[in-house]
Amino acid sequence: MNSSMVIGQYVPGDSVVHRIDPRAKIAVIFFFVIIVFFANSVMSYGLLTLFAVASAASSKVPLPFIMKGLKPVWFLIIFTFLLHLFVTRQGEVLFSLFGWDIYEEGVIQGAVLSLRFFLLILVTSLLTLTTTPIEITDAIEELLGPLKKVRFPVHELALMMSISLRFIPTLMQETEKISKAQASRGVDFRTGSFKDRIQAIVPLLVPLFVSAFKRAEELAMAMEARGYQGGEGRTKLRELKLGKRDFILFAVFLLLVVGLFVTRN
Amino acid sequence: MDISFEHVSYTYQPGSPFEYRALHDVSFSIPSGSFVAIIGHTGSGKSTLLQHLNGLLVPTSGTVTIGDYRLKADEKNKQLRKLREKVGVVFQYPEHQLFEETVAKDIAFGPENFGVDAKEIDKRTKEAIRATKLPEELLERSPFDLSGGQMRRVAISGVLAMNPEVLVLDEPTAGLDPSGQREIMDMFYDLHHEKQLTTVLVTHSMEDALAYADHIIILNEGEVYMEGPPLDIFQHQDKLEKVQLDVPEVIEFVTKAKHKLGIELDYTGQSVAELAKDLAQKVRGGRDHE
Ligand SMILES: Nc1ncnc2c1ncn2[C@@H]1O[C@H](COP(=O)(O)OP(=O)(O)O)[C@@H](O)[C@H]1O
Ligand SMILES: [Mg+2]
Repeated sequence: MNSSMVIGQYVPGDSVVHRIDPRAKIAVIFFFVIIVFFANSVMSYGLLTLFAVASAASSKVPLPFIMKGLKPVWFLIIFTFLLHLFVTRQGEVLFSLFGWDIYEEGVIQGAVLSLRFFLLILVTSLLTLTTTPIEITDAIEELLGPLKKVRFPVHELALMMSISLRFIPTLMQETEKISKAQASRGVDFRTGSFKDRIQAIVPLLVPLFVSAFKRAEELAMAMEARGYQGGEGRTKLRELKLGKRDFILFAVFLLLVVGLFVTRN
Repeated sequence: MDISFEHVSYTYQPGSPFEYRALHDVSFSIPSGSFVAIIGHTGSGKSTLLQHLNGLLVPTSGTVTIGDYRLKADEKNKQLRKLREKVGVVFQYPEHQLFEETVAKDIAFGPENFGVDAKEIDKRTKEAIRATKLPEELLERSPFDLSGGQMRRVAISGVLAMNPEVLVLDEPTAGLDPSGQREIMDMFYDLHHEKQLTTVLVTHSMEDALAYADHIIILNEGEVYMEGPPLDIFQHQDKLEKVQLDVPEVIEFVTKAKHKLGIELDYTGQSVAELAKDLAQKVRGGRDHE
């Protein structure tokens, strides 16, 4: 399989961040997202930024990949900043821009909100950048484990997720292959009227469905032949285990939380 | 149609973190009417190269010329459709592209897209299934009810019905049983001569390259590693082994006879068994003279 087909944004690596237990990663990120909203002083924001940037740096994910993840939200971040800059009318007037007064409070509010945004996106995209979809699925299954008590089909849900994830790259490759084959037989997917283009999709969709159904059948048969019978009493190939580095992470995060509440106003 | 590649490079997803250079400075030319085999191990860029032949891919740099058509980076080519009509491509596992309700409709799909009229399509369909040795009763059946081998023949018929001048084959016999492989390859070979096609075949089989091609291009890591007539190429066993390719059994036989026994066998397309007879004869003949 070629690397471009790795789905999501996962960037292979073996940094500390990659090797942290996915459950620990998800838990820490979950709480980080919450505590971001408690920060209210320069120092507290500084601490959070330090944590996020240090995590990003130790993940060894090249900057372009991180930036790529942030790309869709740059606009939102800048928009938030400008909105606050122009709309907030509190504090002292700092200067005028094209006859529009810019207030001190506007700059601060704008900066704070954009920073929050930036931190949230950075940390969450760090999860998908350093964790394979399968690890995320496993972690979600574990974290949702308690819900099995109320008969929530956690195992089945996780299985569905991992099977879909497994087959997305295959399906993408297949789509590319078949659309090239049909293009060679004179189908034009790019030009023509709307109706023509809809019609051009049929020769693409039929083979895709046929192969997807065939795959599903084969998979079901293979699973049955090997005695699959649901999640009850099933052991795992990839046993998740918290290790030393996970506890170090928890400790660092705890320090961050304490630091945050000390430096808050 | 004459085909030529001039300093062609192709990079998948340039500028992205997943950038991958699949072809690098590839140059060669194929005169009209030749049968060329492209060989190289998995990932060497064979399929990437093939997709340049009908404009599915356009070089990142360099120029591809096919007859009067020119494919060049940043140059809009509006006549891709015409090019695609003249260059028939049989992809790997072409049976995956079948989609129509009946075999006849699927074979007609290509020619219909290129605006061939119904009567002509009918004629070509019959011709195509005759060439691929499919019984005419199958025409009204659903392609999805056929065996794998039959589906492959239907897909190939669909390409033949376009009446291409250039036939591009990407491992067309992969996954077929040995007799089916032979039959299909012989069919392509006959068509090649009968219709004076230019044929470009990607294959893993050195035997096929030797039996059918008059020119071989060996790719390695996206570059042309060796090029020449089959008998010349197969003289260089050590050079081939460096890129994990081996020499056909027959050629090895001839080479060994020469080096170990000092006997020159004349290779003219015999099988190993026939060569063994020749060898026996020479040995015996040699003794008779003494
Ligand atoms: N769509 C694509 N995106 C990125 N890389 C690709 C794509 N298709 C092929 N490649 C890569 O280009 C290289 C050459 O592929 P290909 O031409 O299919 O080789 P071959 O047919 O000789 O096995 C391989 O390493 C493959 O991973
Ligand atoms: Mg290939």
